[in-house]
Amino acid sequence: MALAFDEFGRPFIILREQDQKTRLRGIDAQKANIAAGKAVARILRSSLGPKGMDKMLQGPDGDVTITNDGATILEQMDVDNQIAKLMVELSRSQDYEIGDGTTGVVVMAGALLEQAERQLDRGIHPIRIAEGYEMASRVAVEHLERISQKFEFDISNYEPLVQTCMTTLSSKIVNRCKRSLAEIAVKAVLAVADLERKDVNLDLIKIEGKVGGNLEDTELIYGILVDKDMSHPQMPKQIEDAHIAILTCPFEPPKPKTKHKVDIDTVEKFETLRKQEQQYFDEMVQKCKDVGATLVICQWGFDDEANHLLMHRNLPAVRWVGGVELELIAIATGGRIVPRFQELTAEKLGKAGMVREKSFGTTKERMLYIEHCANSKAVTIFIRGGNKMMIEETKRSIHDALCVARNLIRNKSIVYGGGAAEIACSLAVDAAADKYPGVEQYAIRAFAEALDSVPMALAENSGLQPIETLSAVKSQQLKVREYPFYGIDCNDVGTNDMREQNVFETLIGKQQQILLATQVVKMILKIDDVISNSEY
Amino acid sequence: MPIDKIFKDDASEEKGERARMASFIGAMAVADLVKSTLGPKGMDKILQSTGRGHSVTVTNDGATILKSLHIDNPAAKVLVDISKVQDDEVGDGTTSVVVLAGELLREAEKLVTSKIHPMTIIAGYRMAAECARDALLKRVMDNKENAEKFRSDLMKIAMTTLCSKILSQDKEHFAEMAVDAIFRLKGSTNLESIQIIKKPGGSLRDSFLDEGFILDKKIGIGQPKRIENAKILVANTAMDTDKVKIYGARVRVDSMTKVAEIEGAEKEKMKDKVNKILAHGINCFVNRQLIYNFPEELFADAGVLAIEHADFEGIERLGLVTGGEIASTFDNPESVKLGHCKLIEEIMIGEDKLIHFSGVAMGQACSIVLRGASHHVLDEAERSLHDALCVLSQTVNDSRVLLGGGWPEMVMAKEVDELARKTAGKKSHAIEAFSRALVAIPTTIADNAGLDSAELVAQLRAEHHNEGCNAGIDVISGAVGDMEERGIYEAFKVKQAVLLSATEAAEMILRVDEIITCAPRRREDRM
Repeated sequence: MALAFDEFGRPFIILREQDQKTRLRGIDAQKANIAAGKAVARILRSSLGPKGMDKMLQGPDGDVTITNDGATILEQMDVDNQIAKLMVELSRSQDYEIGDGTTGVVVMAGALLEQAERQLDRGIHPIRIAEGYEMASRVAVEHLERISQKFEFDISNYEPLVQTCMTTLSSKIVNRCKRSLAEIAVKAVLAVADLERKDVNLDLIKIEGKVGGNLEDTELIYGILVDKDMSHPQMPKQIEDAHIAILTCPFEPPKPKTKHKVDIDTVEKFETLRKQEQQYFDEMVQKCKDVGATLVICQWGFDDEANHLLMHRNLPAVRWVGGVELELIAIATGGRIVPRFQELTAEKLGKAGMVREKSFGTTKERMLYIEHCANSKAVTIFIRGGNKMMIEETKRSIHDALCVARNLIRNKSIVYGGGAAEIACSLAVDAAADKYPGVEQYAIRAFAEALDSVPMALAENSGLQPIETLSAVKSQQLKVREYPFYGIDCNDVGTNDMREQNVFETLIGKQQQILLATQVVKMILKIDDVISNSEY
Repeated sequence: MPIDKIFKDDASEEKGERARMASFIGAMAVADLVKSTLGPKGMDKILQSTGRGHSVTVTNDGATILKSLHIDNPAAKVLVDISKVQDDEVGDGTTSVVVLAGELLREAEKLVTSKIHPMTIIAGYRMAAECARDALLKRVMDNKENAEKFRSDLMKIAMTTLCSKILSQDKEHFAEMAVDAIFRLKGSTNLESIQIIKKPGGSLRDSFLDEGFILDKKIGIGQPKRIENAKILVANTAMDTDKVKIYGARVRVDSMTKVAEIEGAEKEKMKDKVNKILAHGINCFVNRQLIYNFPEELFADAGVLAIEHADFEGIERLGLVTGGEIASTFDNPESVKLGHCKLIEEIMIGEDKLIHFSGVAMGQACSIVLRGASHHVLDEAERSLHDALCVLSQTVNDSRVLLGGGWPEMVMAKEVDELARKTAGKKSHAIEAFSRALVAIPTTIADNAGLDSAELVAQLRAEHHNEGCNAGIDVISGAVGDMEERGIYEAFKVKQAVLLSATEAAEMILRVDEIITCAPRRREDRM
C-alpha cells in the first residue's frame, strides 16, 4: 500500500480505512486484470465453432442449463471479478446489438489481452498498446468492408438466407435438424419483415416451447399460439372464421376506482341489487353477441355465472390471457383491444380464419392456435423437444438465427466465416503495420496475431492441428488476396473453400465483434489502479 | 501473478476430463439405480418421503422413482428429465430410456478414454440412431385395417406392459379392462374420461371395469336412493348464500326486525333459486360446490337427488358422460341441456357407498374400480394401469407395433453393426458402441430375471443372423423363443421415443466439457 507522509511524518489519509482495502497498482494491476480477462475467455474458447463443446451450468437453485451460447454462459456464470464482469458485459452488448457471435467476441478480446501482456513485458506503455490496437481495428474494419460481398436474395428466393442461418445453427446442439430450423427462422423473419424499410421487428415473432415430442416437430405457425384453453370445458374446440373480441375488462360487475359503499338496509334494495347484478351479466354477454363476436379473449377472469352464460349463448371464451399475448393477438387479427364493454363495436373485432384447441401427449396440456389471421404480421415458432434444457437451448439457437436473418435484411453485406474473415484481416493488418512509424507498430502486429487466434481456436476445437492448418489456410489466402474465402474446414468436408461450404457471417456482426473487443481491451489496459474491499 | 478468483465464493468449476467424468458417473449412477427394475422380473423400490408422515411408496415405475429422488449431479438431472418427458409423452418405457442413455454414456466413456473426441462419438451416435430407427421402421407391423387383429395386438401390448408391473398376476384381466376402456374412447387420447377409483379391500382380481360412471359421493339423507331415467342437471353454483357480487355492497341494518327481514329475503332468494332449478324438470342435481342444509331439504322435499361437492374433475367428467352442460345460471330452463342416464343407484364397494350412473348418453367414459390389499398396492396398480392406458391410447393413434422381449433391440443392433462395418473413420467405433449399448437392454432384462444373460444374448444374436427372425428372450420360460408365438408385442411409438430421447440425452451430456456450479442461494435457517 502506497503511503504518503507530510513533513511531520504523519501519514495522509488518502482512502478511508485504507488498510482494509487491497490495492493493486501499475503493471501489477494490468497484469491481474489481463489474467482475469483471459480466464473468462479461456472458458469460452472451447465453445467456439461448429464442433465447440457445451457447458453445463448449475444455477443457484440447482437448475441445470446446458448451452454453448457465449452470452448465456457468461450471464449464468455468476462471476465476482470486476474485469470478468466487463467481459460479461461485452458479450451481452454483442448479443443485444447483433444477436450472434457472442462467443467469438470474448475469445477475440481474450486473445487481444494475451498479446497485450506480451507487449507489456517488452516495456511498451499500455496507452501505446491501446492506441496501436485502435489503429489496427480501424484497418481491420475497413478491410472487412472492402472484402465484403453483396448477398442477393429476395422473397421468392430465400435459399441464401437459409444457408446463412444454417451456419449459425451448426454450432448449436440443434444442428441435427438445422435445415428445417433455419427454414423456419427465415420464413418467420420474412413474414414479419418490412422489406421496404429494411426493418424487422423481432417482437412480432413469438417463440413458444413445450416439452415433449421431437425437435423435428418444431413448427412455424402463421398466427398466435396461446398457452390457454377455453374457459368452459364444453365450449367448442374449433372455431372457423372467428370474430374475436379482445377485452381488457373482466366479466364482472364494475368496480369503480373511487371508494364507495352500497348499503343494503331494506328487503327491496336487496332485491333490486340482485336483479341489477343479473342484468349486468346478461348485458355484457349480449353486448359481445350483438357486435357479432364468435370468440372472446379476455385479460381477466370470469365469474362462474358469466362463464355459464357465455357457454349458454354459444360464445366461446378464453380467460387470463397475458398482456403481451393480447397485444400480439390484436396485431395479428387486426382487432382493437377494448377496455370497456360500451366501446365494443363490430369494427373493433379481430378476425382469424381458424381458432382451435390442440392437446398434447398423455398429459392434459392444451394450447390454443389462432391461425389464418387477417393480418399475418405476427408469427409463432413452436418448439418441441425432449426436455426443458433442450427447448431452452433451441430457443436460444433460434433467436440467434432470427437475428442473423434480420441483420442480413438490414444490410446485405456478408463476409465468409470459418475464420476466413479473421485471416484476411490479420493479413491486412500485418501489412499495414509497417506503414506506421513508432512503437504502435508492435501493437498493430500484436493485433494481427490476436486475430489469428479465432481460426486457431476453431481448428483446435475441430480436432485439427491448429498451427499447421492455420498456416496452410493463410498461404492459400495470400494467393487470392482480394477474394478471401479460405477458412478452417471444421466439418471435415475436405475443402477450405467457404463458398462451397456455404459458411457466411454478416458484415456488421463481424465488424461489431472487432470494434467491441478492441474497446473493452482498451478499457482494461487503461486501468492502472484497482482498489477493492478486501475480505472483512 | 496468480489469477484472482473469477467466481463467487462457493461456486465451483470443473473442466475437461474431470467435468466429463463427473457427468458420466452421475448419469451412470442414476441409470444403475433404476436398472434393476427393468423387465418382467424387475424388482421394486421403496421410496420414503422426507415430508411429514414419511409416507412410503413401493414402485418399479422408472419415472416415479426418479421423480422422488433429490439429485445434485447436473448430468443425472438430465436423465431424470428425459424419463419425465417419456412419461408425459408416451407413458411407458420410462426405465428403458434411462437405462439406454446410461449404457450409451458408459460406452462413450470407454471411447473417450481411448482418445476419441466426443464430437466424433456424437456424430457416430447420430448416424447409428438414424439407422436403428430405419431398421425398426422396416420391421413394423400395422394391423389398423383389421379390427380384430388390431384388438388382439392391443391386448398383447397391454399384457407386455403390465407384465413388468405389480399387476402381472392378473395381467390378462387388466389388459382386457384397459383395452375395453381404450376402445370406448374411440380414438381420442383424452384419458380423463377413464376414471380410476381405488378402494382398499378385496383382491386385485376383484377390480372391474364399469361401463357407467361412478361418483365417490353419498346421496343426501331422505332423498331417493334409486332413480330410473334420470334427468341430471350438472351445475357449478353457490348453494349456500348467494353473495352480492357488486363491489362495495354491504348490509347495514339498524334493528332486529330488519335483520329478520333480510334473512327472510335471503331465504326467499335461495328458495327461488331452488325452484328455478326444479323448473328444469330434473330428478337429479349435482353441484360442484356445497349444498347447504336448507336447499338440500328443499330438494329432498321435491324428491330430487342432490349431490354436493363433486370435485371439479368429477363435474367435468359427469358433464361429458351424461351430455349435459355445466350450468351456473338457471333462468332459461328450456334451453339448458340436461344430462341423461338410465339409472342412478347407490352401490356398495367394500364398505363404501358410491353413486353409480349407468346407461349414460355418451359411451366414451367408463370407470375402473381397483381393489387391492393396501393403499400401496392400489397406488402401484393405478400407476401400472395408467402406463398401460397411455401406451394403448398412443397405439390407437399410431397403430404400428413391434415384437417385444428384446427383439427390437437385437434388430437395431444388427443393422447398426452392419453400418459400423461399412463406415470408414473413427465414427465406426462409436457406431459399434451404440449397438453394444442396445444389446445391454436384453442383457439387463435377462440379468434381472436371474438368467444366464451372456448365454441367452449370444443365442439371440445367432438367431437374429437369419433374416426375418422373431426371436426374443422369454423371461418366463427362461429361454430364447419366438416372440410372435408368445404374443409379446410393444408399441412402435414407445420404442422410437426411447431410442431418440436416450440418444439426445447422451449427446447432450457428451457435449459438455465444463461444469460451472454457482454458489447455492442462501436460505434462511428456519430452525
